[in-house]
Amino acid sequence: MALEMRLPVARKPLSESLGREAKKHLVVPGDTITTDTGFMRGHGTYMGEEKLIASVAGSVERVNKLICVKALKTRYNGEVGDIVVGRITERRRSAEDELAMRGFLQEGDLISAEVQAVFSDGAVSLHTRSLKYGKLGQGVLVQVSPSLVKRQKTHFHDLPCGASLILGNNGFIWIYPTSEHKDEDAGGFTANLEPVSLADREVISRLRNCIVSLVTQRIMLYDTSILYCYEASLPHQIKDILKPEIMEEIVIETRQRLLEQEG
Amino acid sequence: MAGLELLSDQGYRVDGRRAGELRKIQARMGVFAQADGSAYIEQGNTKALAVVYGPHEIRGSRARALPDRALVNCQYSSATFSTGERKRRPHGDRKSCEMGLQLRQTFEAAILTQLHPRSQIDIYVQVLQADGGTYAACVNAATLAVLDAGIPMRDFVCACSAGFVDGTALADLSHVEEAAGGPQLALALLPASGQIALLEMDARLHEDHLEHVLEAAAQAAQGVHTLLDRVVRQHVREASILLGD
Repeated sequence: MALEMRLPVARKPLSESLGREAKKHLVVPGDTITTDTGFMRGHGTYMGEEKLIASVAGSVERVNKLICVKALKTRYNGEVGDIVVGRITERRRSAEDELAMRGFLQEGDLISAEVQAVFSDGAVSLHTRSLKYGKLGQGVLVQVSPSLVKRQKTHFHDLPCGASLILGNNGFIWIYPTSEHKDEDAGGFTANLEPVSLADREVISRLRNCIVSLVTQRIMLYDTSILYCYEASLPHQIKDILKPEIMEEIVIETRQRLLEQEG
Repeated sequence: MAGLELLSDQGYRVDGRRAGELRKIQARMGVFAQADGSAYIEQGNTKALAVVYGPHEIRGSRARALPDRALVNCQYSSATFSTGERKRRPHGDRKSCEMGLQLRQTFEAAILTQLHPRSQIDIYVQVLQADGGTYAACVNAATLAVLDAGIPMRDFVCACSAGFVDGTALADLSHVEEAAGGPQLALALLPASGQIALLEMDARLHEDHLEHVLEAAAQAAQGVHTLLDRVVRQHVREASILLGD
């Protein structure tokens, strides 16, 4: 059996090789953001003794009169209209609920849904508005920090390489094989249990490794960035993508392509 | 140990430091990808690791949920290889439970728990090598871990221990100095406002000396704040550069 081993190596942080300087106003908890009382306080700040003080470590964002501090990592805060992917952990145990839901959604099922309403204590209520949402069948789930999922018009993507993605706003990403029939999307209440071909499985594994490498280098996740990363990774073997040097190489190429596309 | 001078005539301690001098501190944030927040700190030879999960739904009995704020749950454990003699029980013994309780009191004062009602925040701290000042190292590591998790806090919580020998207050005690049996004080401070989150001492000290020792501990805690502040700013700057926008 072939074993691969590596010894610890001192590596420079990637931010140095990018050669950029941080442009934003960075704060840590306890820092005074401003003493001007005309501002409204948003997330990540609190009022103390006539001063606006930061409560998380991150960058200050100002929109007109609203000041908030965006932390590097946050837990997911639901907003109406977000797409989320999640696993059913508990169900209401009432008789009508049992009759209506038996056979459709069980505990332990993975589903995609949309946020319908948000309660004052942060709890969200979800609904599966159309057959586009619902139970998810065969595929791979990747859990990332919610702050890395970019907000877009749609979170359901069919990539040209042969797989499809659901980018949940809560940081759960679902990769599944694109079904041939257009009306049989992931969702509904029956899972498609037909065997998935090896080529499709390889595409899905490669996408999963690409997403993991993008996350370690803190690149925002959306369909274009994932696709560019996939294309940059094609010369390498799927299992090599997770090696640190190859990961850096692929991500640098992805970053460059994204910059070219913007500018 | 008979004959061991904790403070020499020239004012040097056993490890060559001055009375109010801190040990070398090195810290890193985000050492565990699986946890919501994590940090590692080395204060001299004392090494501590802190991991934070949360805020999340209350595990176990729903009845424990507080309707207006979050529950902070701390667990302290020290590795069996952390002390000179191998420890039999890493956690669950009296000292660990008490430390856990003290950590909880400290962080309930600093974390803005009203922003996350009916949730739970878990802080797990483990001491990998104990060379004095374990409470302080745990608090400092836990502060960095809570910041790494993005949980809103009033301010940093910086802690330091202090003692009193030969009429002089010593800051940041090592194991040798703690074992010598003199009075020791542990102080956790919110640096910006100077408010005390926790002050603990279980020894006998004349009240005239209390102010000196407290002053030494407070100054040392401010020194710790300067260092931790630098570490956090560096971490945020790097992440901000990588995010690029």
